[in-house]
Amino acid sequence: MSPDLAFLVEVLVGGLLSGVMYALVAIGFVLIYKTSGVLNFAQGAMLLFAALTFVSLTERGVPFAGAFVATLGVMVLLGLTIERAVLRPLVNQPPITLFMATLGVAYVIEGAAQLAWGTQVHGLDLGIDDTPIDIAGVFVSRFDLFAAAVAGLMVAVLSLFFRYTRTGLAFRAVADDPLAALNTGLRLPRIWAAVWIASGIVALVAGLLWGARLGVQFSLSLVVLKALPVLVLGGFDSILGAIVAGLIVGAVEKLSEVYLGPFIGGGIEGWIAYVAALGFLLVRPSGLFGVRSVERV
Amino acid sequence: MLAVEALSLSFGGTVALDRVDLSVGVGEIHAVIGPNGAGKSSLINAISGLYTLDSGAIRIGDDRFTRVPTKRLARLGVARTFQNLALFKGLTVLDTVTAGLVDSQSAGLAAQILGLPTARREARAQRERAEAVIGFLDLSDVRDRLAGTLPYGVQKRVELARALVASPRLLLLDEPMAGMTATEKQRMSGTIRAARASGATIVLIEHDIGVVMSLSDRITVLDHGRRIASGTPAEIQADPAVIAAYLGLAFDEEAA
Amino acid sequence: MAATSAPLAKTVLRPSANAVGIALLLVLAYGIVPLVGTSYLYEAILTPFLALSLAALGLNLLTGYAGQLSLGSSAFMALGAYAAFNLSLRLPFLPLPVTIVLAGLVAATAGLAAGLPALRLRGFYLAVSTLAVQFFVGWVLNRFAWISNDSPSGVISAPPLVIAGLSFEDARGRYLFSLTVVALLTFLAWRLVTSPTGRSFVAVRDNETAARVIGVKVARTKLLAFALSSFVVGVAGVLWAFAYLRTVEPAGFNLDRSFQILFIVIIGGLGTLRGAFLGAGLIVVLPLLLSRFGAAVLGDGFDSGTLEMCQRIALGTLIVAFLIREPAGLAALLDRAVRCLRRAD
Repeated sequence: MSPDLAFLVEVLVGGLLSGVMYALVAIGFVLIYKTSGVLNFAQGAMLLFAALTFVSLTERGVPFAGAFVATLGVMVLLGLTIERAVLRPLVNQPPITLFMATLGVAYVIEGAAQLAWGTQVHGLDLGIDDTPIDIAGVFVSRFDLFAAAVAGLMVAVLSLFFRYTRTGLAFRAVADDPLAALNTGLRLPRIWAAVWIASGIVALVAGLLWGARLGVQFSLSLVVLKALPVLVLGGFDSILGAIVAGLIVGAVEKLSEVYLGPFIGGGIEGWIAYVAALGFLLVRPSGLFGVRSVERV
Repeated sequence: MLAVEALSLSFGGTVALDRVDLSVGVGEIHAVIGPNGAGKSSLINAISGLYTLDSGAIRIGDDRFTRVPTKRLARLGVARTFQNLALFKGLTVLDTVTAGLVDSQSAGLAAQILGLPTARREARAQRERAEAVIGFLDLSDVRDRLAGTLPYGVQKRVELARALVASPRLLLLDEPMAGMTATEKQRMSGTIRAARASGATIVLIEHDIGVVMSLSDRITVLDHGRRIASGTPAEIQADPAVIAAYLGLAFDEEAA
Repeated sequence: MAATSAPLAKTVLRPSANAVGIALLLVLAYGIVPLVGTSYLYEAILTPFLALSLAALGLNLLTGYAGQLSLGSSAFMALGAYAAFNLSLRLPFLPLPVTIVLAGLVAATAGLAAGLPALRLRGFYLAVSTLAVQFFVGWVLNRFAWISNDSPSGVISAPPLVIAGLSFEDARGRYLFSLTVVALLTFLAWRLVTSPTGRSFVAVRDNETAARVIGVKVARTKLLAFALSSFVVGVAGVLWAFAYLRTVEPAGFNLDRSFQILFIVIIGGLGTLRGAFLGAGLIVVLPLLLSRFGAAVLGDGFDSGTLEMCQRIALGTLIVAFLIREPAGLAALLDRAVRCLRRAD
């Protein structure tokens, strides 16, 4: 491999691996959007809350496993509370209203998390050292590989859950046709509660990985902004779309930063993914895998 | 006035309309009837350009379209109401009805904001026209209420007023009497006749067979996306295919 | 029934119909406040209140009236501020009002461009595209040093506020300057929302299909809403930079600011002009109240960090509470209170 090509592959692989991390955040959105039509802007705040809680517990001497379980419990509670206190009273409201409500929720969680655990930056060590390993001349971050593996595992577990458990099947029925699901006697509130719990768990996993990468601090909740172009590209309602789009966004970001950056200036990763996703959307309005709904009048 | 030629329409594999023909003469009240899911609303939506046809064509006046441009409907002299109300819930009844005149609006934004004489004159004329239609449809009492806060039957009339205000050549009414009492239906029938008298051609979807028979000049019957009959009320009532598919059922329902 | 609902209906599209109230407010703002105000009142409360009100008013035209959610308002504030800065720097002969109008037009042009996706995208997709504008503008302001006249980290300082030899430099002057701009634009906005064009805005918001059927030019209406809204928000940015802060940097016009303006609109009342002022009032006063209250309860433990977090929590809670309990915002609460008082008479 020529050095140029090796460099390109290295950039590409780095991009794809960080794309996995974007996808991980995006999946949390998709879970909730699919079942209740809510674009949950508070997903980033939940992620921050999870990471902060976990790290604060470990700093107080709680062992890893204990902190993980405790945080899991907290996230389940948080998800349930949001569903019960905010979303249920707003049922049947227009999607934009629900979205704005989750913006409010995000503010509350961000404020509460930092009020409870402080605003200083915490380091989070998951025990994986971040030395690059050499695979056929391409250097790949060990941590990124680990993150990708966890994300893959997460997706696999979610898929199994939706394919083989009662709640999971009910979830899919609701996603396909809420009205029909209601008619066949599925209990929507229970399913909504279940997806909020699930998205709380996804937030925990994503929060730990992102926290280990960036340090646990306020800016962690801004990863939500990284997930949005992924969702636009992949469709708000497709887990597969979130994964593929996450990879694309990660790759586009890194490649454009390295190859486009020198010409138009640095720091373009803040918007390039948005522009790319929107450009794609103008050509294909339903995104990569999203279902184009027929407009009913 | 209106001709639908071999119109076919499908949604992701499900056929909604299958080579349907419809011909409506000037000044006619033409009812489209059929069981639920026969494709009546789809037909109206196709005529107003909300759906893309698979094949066939639609002639409105002297223009022939394979897809009717919705944004030019008003310019073509076509107005419609919707099966499930499509009102502007944040506008008052007066504003809603006045909005029906938007297509003929000529004063520009600056004239409107600065209140230039042209804009003021136009606004006054629009308001007078809207008030007239509001009076005609007995809506004066609720003129300043928000359209969305009114009872269902009243909202139906507001929607009709919004459609009538621009004096359309062709008026498409998708179940204008749904959910109305017998008295209200009678009044609505009178209104529809009056609209025809003032020069509109009317296509009407309606379930109440009694109303349809007394009101329409001609009737087209749809079943499972196909046209199974078309003719005068008397012809339709005597048509065995119609009785088998629909009328027998409808008369039974009425008797029950 | 009809009698009790009639005033409600009237207020939706004719927000400032109560001419007496408006006259009293103007007398208060122009006649009484300047006599008794302190520079703290002007600088910490009234001037930011006016600038935020105007920004919210602009966003309300787009989101409240025309139904297009924007999450990028502060980008247009920034464009207005930086355009005015450059105009006054490079074309110093222009009178200040002209500079402000031109800066508004720069923001409006950008708004027009930002509105283009609205012709194909709706709802969340559109909201996300306005985020793209937010980040792109932030990047541009940092990327091209000439925009901030090569000052480090993009900091710009406002030129003197002088109109026809009359200086508005002191705290009271800047307040009166803002007040005049806001009053003028609010009047024009009121003319707009009660005009046929304003009616079309609401028609597009409430039912796009029906609007198109009756002949509303939907695409044109949306673009117009984006342009007019951005003009007003851009001028609000000029006030923010020139009359309130005097020294600003791009980072001041971040996503949090955009959310703040959106929150003002939600709390105040979507689709009302009064809402922008009521919401801005609450948003400006809230931190002051919180810090007084916090200091009283917690004493010294209530530092600025804690205050900021409490403010976040309070703001978020308010948003959720209003969306659940009173989606029509403070404006509707005020209406109801007024009606109760009238009935009590």
